Amino acid sequence: MSINVSGVTKKFGDFVALDDISVDLPTGQLTALLGPSGGGKSTLLRIIAGLESADDGTVTIEGNEATHLPPQKRNVGFVFQHYAAFKHMSVAKNVAFGLEIRKRPKDEVKRRVDELLELVHLSQFAHRLPSQLSGGQRQRMALARALAVEPSVLLLDEPFGALDAKVRKELRDWLRRLHDEVHVTTVFVTHDQEEALEVADEIVVINDGRIEQIGSPDQLYDEPASDFVMSFLGPVTTLENKLIRPHDIEVSTHSRIAGAIGGTVSRVVRVGFEVRLTVSVDRPGHPEVAVTVTRAHSRNLRIEEGTKVWLTPTHGAPVVPAMESSLSETSAEIAV
Amino acid sequence: MGSALGLGITMIWFSLLVLIPLVAVLIAAADLGLAGFWDVVSSPQTAAALRLTVVQALGVTLLNVVMGTALAWVLVRDHFWGKRLLDVVIDVPFALPTIVAGLVLLSLYGPNSPLGVNVANTRTAVFLALAFVTLPFVVRTVQPVLETLEHDTEEAAASLGASRFTTFRRVILPSLTPAIAAGAALSFARGISEYGSLVLLSGNLPGRTEVASVRVLTYIENGSKEAAAAVAAILLLVALLVIVALDVLQRRLARRGD
Amino acid sequence: MATSYASDPAPVRWGLRIVTLGYVFLLVAWPTALVFKNALANGFGAMFETFSDPEIAHAISLTLTITVWAVAINLVFGLTISILLVRYDFPGKRALSAMLDVPLAVSPVVVGLALVLVYNGRDGWFGPSLEEAGFQIIFSTPGMIMATVFVALPLMIREVVPVLEEIGDDQEQAARSLGANAVQAFRRITLPGIKWAVVYGVVLSLARSLGEFGAVKIVSGNISGQSQTATLSVEETYQNFQQQASYSIAALLAFAAMACLVVVAILRPKEQQE
Repeated sequence: MSINVSGVTKKFGDFVALDDISVDLPTGQLTALLGPSGGGKSTLLRIIAGLESADDGTVTIEGNEATHLPPQKRNVGFVFQHYAAFKHMSVAKNVAFGLEIRKRPKDEVKRRVDELLELVHLSQFAHRLPSQLSGGQRQRMALARALAVEPSVLLLDEPFGALDAKVRKELRDWLRRLHDEVHVTTVFVTHDQEEALEVADEIVVINDGRIEQIGSPDQLYDEPASDFVMSFLGPVTTLENKLIRPHDIEVSTHSRIAGAIGGTVSRVVRVGFEVRLTVSVDRPGHPEVAVTVTRAHSRNLRIEEGTKVWLTPTHGAPVVPAMESSLSETSAEIAV
Repeated sequence: MGSALGLGITMIWFSLLVLIPLVAVLIAAADLGLAGFWDVVSSPQTAAALRLTVVQALGVTLLNVVMGTALAWVLVRDHFWGKRLLDVVIDVPFALPTIVAGLVLLSLYGPNSPLGVNVANTRTAVFLALAFVTLPFVVRTVQPVLETLEHDTEEAAASLGASRFTTFRRVILPSLTPAIAAGAALSFARGISEYGSLVLLSGNLPGRTEVASVRVLTYIENGSKEAAAAVAAILLLVALLVIVALDVLQRRLARRGD
Repeated sequence: MATSYASDPAPVRWGLRIVTLGYVFLLVAWPTALVFKNALANGFGAMFETFSDPEIAHAISLTLTITVWAVAINLVFGLTISILLVRYDFPGKRALSAMLDVPLAVSPVVVGLALVLVYNGRDGWFGPSLEEAGFQIIFSTPGMIMATVFVALPLMIREVVPVLEEIGDDQEQAARSLGANAVQAFRRITLPGIKWAVVYGVVLSLARSLGEFGAVKIVSGNISGQSQTATLSVEETYQNFQQQASYSIAALLAFAAMACLVVVAILRPKEQQE
């Protein structure tokens, strides 16, 4: 096990940021800490790095007790959301910083810096200042800088949060490929579920200072442990007090199947190859149901506003009992 | 347009009050001719005064660079009872009349000193007076920069293994350099211009504790307005240089940031 | 929220505290306190007796007159220049902006000399013509007011300009589009936005004007009982070995200056609250 967190609690005044958190992060794995803003994931990351100290609990890194170790001694690489570039140093000097602190010989430093700049495709910017780089380039520099000292663990705090959508996607792929090449134990924090699902080997879902579920992307998506995890990771809708994915509902124009719920299509929205339907069902007090079908399917059934339909959950689809509070929120909800 | 009228009146007022009089100083100095100017400036008493003024102002500026940065650090990074009081006391030299500053220093460092320390009429007194009046300058230029410094670069340095001192030296200090330089420029300009606090404290002994501004006054009192203008022109040109330097610094600051 | 790695180790922290606090105490706090102690050494009565001396009373009232005039003039022109600099464009704007800082960097004796060269009645540039028209500047109150206006000039502008820049002119433009003319827009929209900056500017120019010494000394002729200000009489009384008087006037001036500081220190947090 590369990182062990056991019983960690952290309070800021009256606010409980982390409540008795325990998690093991295996060596060489790319793990995402996923959750809504303010849920505690950044705090956990910073406690692992030594940038915050826990009120209770222990942190072990590579078998060494690290709870009271300052960040300088933990040999973790940290990448910040807003890059934290040393503005007055060139890109090469930024990357060389950790090595120079450790008083490595000059030629070794130069070799390593060149190596890393090539890895992150910034060789031609070696002598520029960070202010002359784009956001994405600065973040790549920050990564090279963190990797320069060969950390046992790489921690990234919402690394792509400050970048625009296209650059974010590019860097996401790039991070995954980098990890496949370098194999450093990596933990990154994000609130973007698509990012976590795409990049991570394993996801830890954190909400309100507690861990909701730990698992692979498929596990979390197909076997959500709670309504929170289900609604956070993808679109959900409610059918008979159960949360289900809109694309896991079968639509028929005949009431052939027993137990099917009848209703009327109140709205049809065509987005690309999806057709999103809003259906008012014939159950008093039941919220409108969101159903997603393919364009072809909707064309075959000739669905339009006012069509009478019958809904059945797909056999084997993941469902989670809906909580009282989430009924009103998740009805007809389609997460983007 | 109303604004054109406002601009016109304002420019006339500013010219009559500031521009024309300052130009008059330069012209009066120029009237001496190069030889005459050099005669005044190189006369033993005046040369000594100019030398003393520059050396003392430089020394005080160096002291302020260190103490001012330390003070700004304590004000921004430390928390203790009485910190707000310290903040207000630092501004006292700004607000206090210079002649009163001289008297203030005389009370503790003059003939009737409760400490038994008497530096009246010595060069130490000149240094002391200049240290007093220039105290706020570096502190007040560095303080706002320290306050808005983002912590993530310090955290990044720590995560890369840098000790607290190394982080200060290699990450924090470089970002403070422009502010320190600006404060130093103001401190130097103020130092060479100072008059009121020195009048009672330094004794104005020719060749020993007499500063340039006192020479100017003596020349005026003796009716040699051109000679006064010669020394005054030097002081004025240095002041203008400082202002230009500050302007350039501000632009560099703006360009370097994000 | 400083973590243990981020704050300095205890010996460094304490070292810095002792050095900086000690420095400020020995250089500023204790000496200033001593002035008050010396002024009150013979009780309040002796101090107030000083102020009833006719020459000193005149000096104090002259200082007050000059200060009121100087602050008022700097208020009007300071506001005008600030608005011109921030809201309008004109050739030479950058040069003007830089020149406005000159009074802060230039020596007061240079200021005094400059004004004398231009306005003195014998061989000044404008002086003789002005005196023929009945306006005596040098060796008279108007000259002293001019010198004081000069040295305090940038203070109002440096307070108001940043605030004007920050609040932007959207609101003023909105007011204009609703029909307000320049004066109305200024009075109802601009002024409330900059009111704190104006207050600070007034208080700071007040402290500076009260304290002017070198420039006024040259311009006034320094004649006791006639053209001497409070600061000048501090010098004279000290040199005439009238220690009690000297310390008393100095204490009065120091008190006024620090009252200004305290007022600003109290007002700034209130401004944040708004």
